[in-house]
Amino acid sequence: MADIAISARHVSKEYVIAGINHDTLRDRIAYTCRSLLGRQTERGVVPRAFQALNDVSFDVMEGEVLGVIGHNGAGKSTLLKILSRITEPTGGEVDLYGRVTSLLEVGTGFHAELTGRENVYLNAAMLGMRKVDIDKRFDAIVEFSGTQQFIDTPVKRYSSGMYVRLAFSVAAHLDPEILIVDEVLSVGDGAFQKKCLGKMDEVRRDGRTVILVSHDLPVVASLCQRAILLRQGQVVGDGQPQQIIEQYMSEAFTDSGISLADRTDRYTKGELMVQAIAFLDEKLNPVQPVVSGQHLVIRVHYQCHVRKVFKDMRVMIVVNRDERAACIFSTDLVSRTPLDLEGSGYVDFHVPHLPLCGGRYFLHAAIENNTLTQDWVQYAAELQVLDGDYYGTGRMYPHDGWRGKGMFVDHSWRFERTS
Amino acid sequence: MTMNELEAPRASRLPAGTLTPAARTPTVKIRPSRGLFHLDLQSVWLYRELLVFLVWRDTKVRYKQAVIGAGWAVFQPLISMLLFTLLFSYLAKLPSDGMPYPLFAYAGLLPWNFIAQATSRSGTSLVGESHLISKVYFPRLIIPLAAASAPAVDLLCALMMMIPLMLWFGVTPGWQILFFPIFLVIALLAALAVSLWFSALHVKFRDVGHIIPFFVQFWMFASPVVYPVSLIPERWRTLYSLNPAVGVVEGFRWSLLGQRAPSLETILPSVGIVLILFVSGVVYFKRMERTFADVI
Repeated sequence: MADIAISARHVSKEYVIAGINHDTLRDRIAYTCRSLLGRQTERGVVPRAFQALNDVSFDVMEGEVLGVIGHNGAGKSTLLKILSRITEPTGGEVDLYGRVTSLLEVGTGFHAELTGRENVYLNAAMLGMRKVDIDKRFDAIVEFSGTQQFIDTPVKRYSSGMYVRLAFSVAAHLDPEILIVDEVLSVGDGAFQKKCLGKMDEVRRDGRTVILVSHDLPVVASLCQRAILLRQGQVVGDGQPQQIIEQYMSEAFTDSGISLADRTDRYTKGELMVQAIAFLDEKLNPVQPVVSGQHLVIRVHYQCHVRKVFKDMRVMIVVNRDERAACIFSTDLVSRTPLDLEGSGYVDFHVPHLPLCGGRYFLHAAIENNTLTQDWVQYAAELQVLDGDYYGTGRMYPHDGWRGKGMFVDHSWRFERTS
Repeated sequence: MTMNELEAPRASRLPAGTLTPAARTPTVKIRPSRGLFHLDLQSVWLYRELLVFLVWRDTKVRYKQAVIGAGWAVFQPLISMLLFTLLFSYLAKLPSDGMPYPLFAYAGLLPWNFIAQATSRSGTSLVGESHLISKVYFPRLIIPLAAASAPAVDLLCALMMMIPLMLWFGVTPGWQILFFPIFLVIALLAALAVSLWFSALHVKFRDVGHIIPFFVQFWMFASPVVYPVSLIPERWRTLYSLNPAVGVVEGFRWSLLGQRAPSLETILPSVGIVLILFVSGVVYFKRMERTFADVI
């Protein structure tokens, strides 16, 4: 059995919200005087406590790669900051066994006036590396970043790509036993990203312990062996990454429990909004779950909140699976007829043979024209699809391994013998 | 050399599974800190290299793209010296304890410029480095410590100028020069004593950033930089010596110029205050440190 690398016990973090602003001494003195006189402040500023993390416990084994996911405000960053010792917990304890490096960003402490070489030393020292170790790795760092020619040029003259490559390169050569990473993977251009992911994979294969906090679910799914899900400062899921990701995505909107029309987590002008989304069959009866190959109608209700005709709009539905777009339905794609919206009403998208295979999908909805987005709601609806006989042959996918992957595409075949 | 070659010996040093968790001591323990005197100063020592890097960075950045570079460290006190000689010696006829006034002023300006620079740079250092505080862990004391130490480089440059000045005025240092390093340390402590308080307060109260320039200006005239301590009436002298800079400035003059020894009544209260402020500053800083990242 492997040893424990990280052990977190009942970790809590409480913030006092009202007291946390940059008070001025004047405010503070005035407040103190008033409270000495036994008077309440006129503004009624009562310090409120906010529990960013509440009794979080977990263990990470040596060599394990743990992903931490959760919505914004679920406590991911707070947990990260506590594990990195940037801030202290207000309760509980964490033990870390091994040399720890945490990367909340790349290039922390880079100074524009200093040369690449100087910044490598400074940055590495900040991340806890000794000078002798930096000396040993310096060439490897520079080579990995591909900035050999410019290493003695001040980084203010670097392109942003070079800057990020050099910064990541330092981080990649830290060689810790425990690595705590915030979404720093999403840096640089495609080729460099690939290099970074390769480096992450190398770290994993070397048996390092890694905690990865990320929104990038496919990365979590592919790199991590285990994931935990945070919600409102508590661990609500702990297990296989795929399973935890499913849980996370279903929470994406069962959690909200409010109707689409009332949702505030949307990008909107407030004038024209998506009110509701309904799934109907060909007789326009509500249906859920749906079956691959069936006739599906996606009805998008809209409502104008101002007396105005919105000319030449498009209504769009993005169907997502595993955080990736599977397909898009859009009024302007299939028809050149201008769509003018006013008052309230709905748009029906008819899909004669639903090409989605079995699984759980999430729909994002948008109403926009070419210049302006009127309303954009992510996770506006969930669609459950059951595997069905799409081709009408009585056959589904031939192998279990294919189930739940890809899409059904109409096709035919013809056989001809040539010799 | 590839990364893997470097990592190989390290990985074999601690084979997995040889120790049970109970028998191992954690490398890092994270606990809510309690108590005033949990100072954890050994972690500052562990990060001493970073301290050196930061001092070096500050110095380097300061004199980059400046034509005469570190020459400014010498020019500034030299110009002040000329100005003070004109104003306070020729015009105001201030005494200088029998020393040539320019030399008297320069020997006072050396420690004073250092204290003023160190205080104003270190006092605002935490907020200036807020991006570091919210993104990476290292003992926070390193930041004001580095900011207060960086002007020491200027001080050493300016000290070089002391040699031609002393030759010019025909003053030779005596055995007192041996005490100079001690006063150098006290100067650093005095600057830190004040700026630890300032920098920790500055995180929460941005007013401090506006107060410091005034404070430094006022402080200079409350210190024996342009005038000798002998100008202060006897009965006020003990009170006057509660100023942390008094002991330092007097000590510098005495050890460099070998003028009459400063009385213990001026040195002791001053050094005592420095120590009290410094220790309480460290305690206060460590106490506030817990919430720096949340508040900054």
